[in-house]
Amino acid sequence: MRIRILATGLAIGLSMLTGAGPACATGDTIVIGDIDDLSGNYADVMGAGGVEAVRMAIADFGGTVLGKKIEVLVADHQNKPDVGASKFREWADQNGLNMLLGGSNTGVNIAMAKVAAQKKVPLFVIGAGGSSLTNEDCTAYSIHYVYDTTSLANGTATAIVQAGGKSWFYLTADYAFGTQLQAAASKVVEENGGKNIGAVRVPLAASDFSSFLLQAQGSGAQVLGLANAGGDFSNSLKAANEFGITKTMKPAALLAFITNIHSLGLETAQGLYLTTGWYWDLNDDTRAFAKRLFEKIKAEPTMDQSGAYSATLTYLKAVKAVGSTDPDKVMAELKKTKINDMFAKGGYIRADGVMVHTMYVMQVKTPKESKYPWDYYKIVRTMSGEQAFGPITGACPLAPK
Amino acid sequence: MSEIFGIPVAVILGQLTLGLVNGAFYAMLSLGLAVIFGLMGVVNFAHGAFYTLGAFAALLGMQWFGINYWAALVLAPLVVGALGIVTERLLLRHLYRLDPVYGLLLTFGMALVIEGTLREIFGASGQSYPVPSALRGALNIGFMILPVYRAWVILASVTVCGVTWFLIERTRLGSTLRAATENSQLLQAFGVNVPLIVSLTYGGGIALAALAGVLAAPVVLVTPLMGSTLVTVVFAVVVIGGMGSILGSVISGLALGVIEGFTKVVYPEASNVIVFLIMAIVLIVRPAGLFGRE
Amino acid sequence: MRPAMIFYIVICAFALAVPLIGIYPIFMMKLLCFAMFACAYNLLLGFSGMLSFGHAAFFGAAGYATAWLITARGWGTVPAIGAGVAVAAILGWVIGAIAIRRRGIYLAMVTLALAQLVYFVCLEAPFTGGENGLQGVARGSFLGLFSLRSDIVMYYVVLAAFVAQFLLIRRIVQSPYGQVLKAIRDNESRALSLGYDINRYKLLAFVLSATLAGFAGSLKGLVLGFITLSDVQQSNSGEVILMTLLGGSGTFFGPVIGAALVVTLQEYLSDIVGGWVGVIIGAIFVACVLAFRRGVVGELSALRLRRWWGQAPAA
Repeated sequence: MRIRILATGLAIGLSMLTGAGPACATGDTIVIGDIDDLSGNYADVMGAGGVEAVRMAIADFGGTVLGKKIEVLVADHQNKPDVGASKFREWADQNGLNMLLGGSNTGVNIAMAKVAAQKKVPLFVIGAGGSSLTNEDCTAYSIHYVYDTTSLANGTATAIVQAGGKSWFYLTADYAFGTQLQAAASKVVEENGGKNIGAVRVPLAASDFSSFLLQAQGSGAQVLGLANAGGDFSNSLKAANEFGITKTMKPAALLAFITNIHSLGLETAQGLYLTTGWYWDLNDDTRAFAKRLFEKIKAEPTMDQSGAYSATLTYLKAVKAVGSTDPDKVMAELKKTKINDMFAKGGYIRADGVMVHTMYVMQVKTPKESKYPWDYYKIVRTMSGEQAFGPITGACPLAPK
Repeated sequence: MSEIFGIPVAVILGQLTLGLVNGAFYAMLSLGLAVIFGLMGVVNFAHGAFYTLGAFAALLGMQWFGINYWAALVLAPLVVGALGIVTERLLLRHLYRLDPVYGLLLTFGMALVIEGTLREIFGASGQSYPVPSALRGALNIGFMILPVYRAWVILASVTVCGVTWFLIERTRLGSTLRAATENSQLLQAFGVNVPLIVSLTYGGGIALAALAGVLAAPVVLVTPLMGSTLVTVVFAVVVIGGMGSILGSVISGLALGVIEGFTKVVYPEASNVIVFLIMAIVLIVRPAGLFGRE
Repeated sequence: MRPAMIFYIVICAFALAVPLIGIYPIFMMKLLCFAMFACAYNLLLGFSGMLSFGHAAFFGAAGYATAWLITARGWGTVPAIGAGVAVAAILGWVIGAIAIRRRGIYLAMVTLALAQLVYFVCLEAPFTGGENGLQGVARGSFLGLFSLRSDIVMYYVVLAAFVAQFLLIRRIVQSPYGQVLKAIRDNESRALSLGYDINRYKLLAFVLSATLAGFAGSLKGLVLGFITLSDVQQSNSGEVILMTLLGGSGTFFGPVIGAALVVTLQEYLSDIVGGWVGVIIGAIFVACVLAFRRGVVGELSALRLRRWWGQAPAA
């Protein structure tokens, strides 16, 4: 019985102690954070591989900047905006966070962007797609680094319309990312002379797409626009195959990562058009980086993972150039630099936060065309950054038209 | 093609057929739940988790041991059912003399542990399970293309439900089970090993859930959370059918699947909630459920 | 002075000194909000004997109402909280009226399903922001008297709210109404035979519990600055049950301890073990149901420690 009291007392005492938290001395380390979906729908897109990539970048940079050691904090946002934002705020308040890399999930990143603005901590959005992050939801401290719904639509939708897919019906994941992706694609379709016949909103992580696909088929459209990602994308494509819908409609993979293609298999995925900011097999530089990361994660890197590497390096270079971690100075420097590494050549960060760089429209190879493991893509079109990300819309107060 | 309310008949029929497939899953899962509740008084919140385990057993069986689909149909329910019996003996048994609420809470905690563990080990993004070669392809039934496999699902689950119902309502074994519910002490006095029957019943209900999981594996991606989204709906189905009624849960399951399919055509956003709405209405109008006896 | 009093004084002193010790105020405020949620829930579970499996609906609905009024309609902070609480009360009345037609597990099932309905409404309704939830909820000022933007000021306000709610619950339970409620919980047919209108008492308990849960939800939105679907999700309902059970249902301080333990575990254990936190919490839940049904406080008081705790907390 005394032990029980002791135990309770210890529990409360411990919580007090841990509540006091690691409010460690922050002056002598540079702290980089990574808040990502580590265990859910999007865990393979950036996830643990992304963390490895960040560590690689730090090691390649030398491990220290301005004479201070660089530390990495990692957390799983579990696809919940509140978890992500709370963790971000806590790190900013308690751990002296200097920079945050934002993983998948647009909703979480929108929440985190608000914290970034409040706490004045630079946020590199790597994993999320929603273009609103550089429009209505833009802040002075957020950078959209790898891809966004605008560039995805400009790439994939254009390619498909020009290849003959004039009428579209969308299967849209019912949250910010899905609706933004559908809107972007619809715009591109109309601009290219196509027609948007209709759409159906599908709950996130739906278990069965068959009924929605049936509606799509009933619409008579030529193209099945899949405005979703991750597990939803794989699921819906599988079902479309099963129901023979892919015989009469062409699927449009508005967002797909190499990990999706790998788990679907070329048999199912062949012929798909998709847009990506980076591919491991583009040139010697990308292959060299991919080889190093492959050793750690046993899979070829996705564009998010290489983007995380590049973003970390870019940030550290900016800090070194400015000579301090002052967020305003660093942001100013970042918007002046040119990014030239294995991820992007001649990339630059625009006033609204978009990192403008080359994007590639790919087509998935047939099983016969693929000669070696992970040889999945062939380049259909290379878009310059300006073509991919389009002009400044003026929706962001920081970047007026 | 002719239209009803501006929607092509083909589309409606197609959705109803798909609804029937969903209904087949609801029926099997609610059957397991009804069996467990009817004969043990336990509200098995872990039912969804065991359904997930069934699917994973099939998946891992294929990946690690090369067990094919047909073998998995038999083995997975056996293995998972055995696991169910173990949990019943170790954990549930202690709560029978208490308020049934504790059984519910315990199984709720079990579900958290099972699903959490699966998620940590396998990640939350799903893996695909191939459709067995004998059931590939699709049938053109006029108003839609129906994959053979889905037709098989309907057939298999209706058969299983029918057999189970027959076993419970029309055989000696079933009457023993029913006697155990009504007066277990008296039955024990007659020399029947009631605790054993209870364990086997739980195992049987779990095996049904696992079987549903194996049937589901080729249809949806096998993910650790596949059961938790389903289980709330299944609970509503059981409440609508009447919590102790086996026939009620099967019929309600099938019917609600079809209704859900229909809702997807006319008002898709409500398809998620239609089951709960119906449940609320049934509870106001007929609290014991459609087929239940209070 | 009774030992229980000493305990309360120590806790109060600790709570007041929190910002000075250097504990992260946001963490403490989150803890307090969930403690309030758990205490409100305990009113239903511990003192009225009704297991609701969908209490997150009230927490979240009030949170959404308050957050929406502040972000989209520019309401003041206190009126918005009031509106949120009102929404929770109405929702509690509607759901309660349907739910109390059944008992025990059936009641739990009903609340579960109706909470799912609320969840889907929050998911689909245009003004709730769907998966994003409502972000950027400004704290505003307290009736125009002082600003709530500072974490420390907000902390004391939330602490005051917590104390007020705690005392209110105590008052309710110890009142004649509360006694009847406990009687109904212990033996419904006997209470019925004594002539009490059971349904009215139960419904009122439901509404009270829902209202106070809503209060916690509204505050949570202000503390953290957002309300998302997790707040109305089934897992949130499960968590509050866990907190109450772990701490001790049927005691006053139990839910607070339970909430403190769970929130702390989630916050700091997840840094170490990542996603396994969920599994660990589930395992603790199972252990609790099997062996520690009275929860921390319940077990402690049952261990004949009356000379330490004074009068045993209301059981």
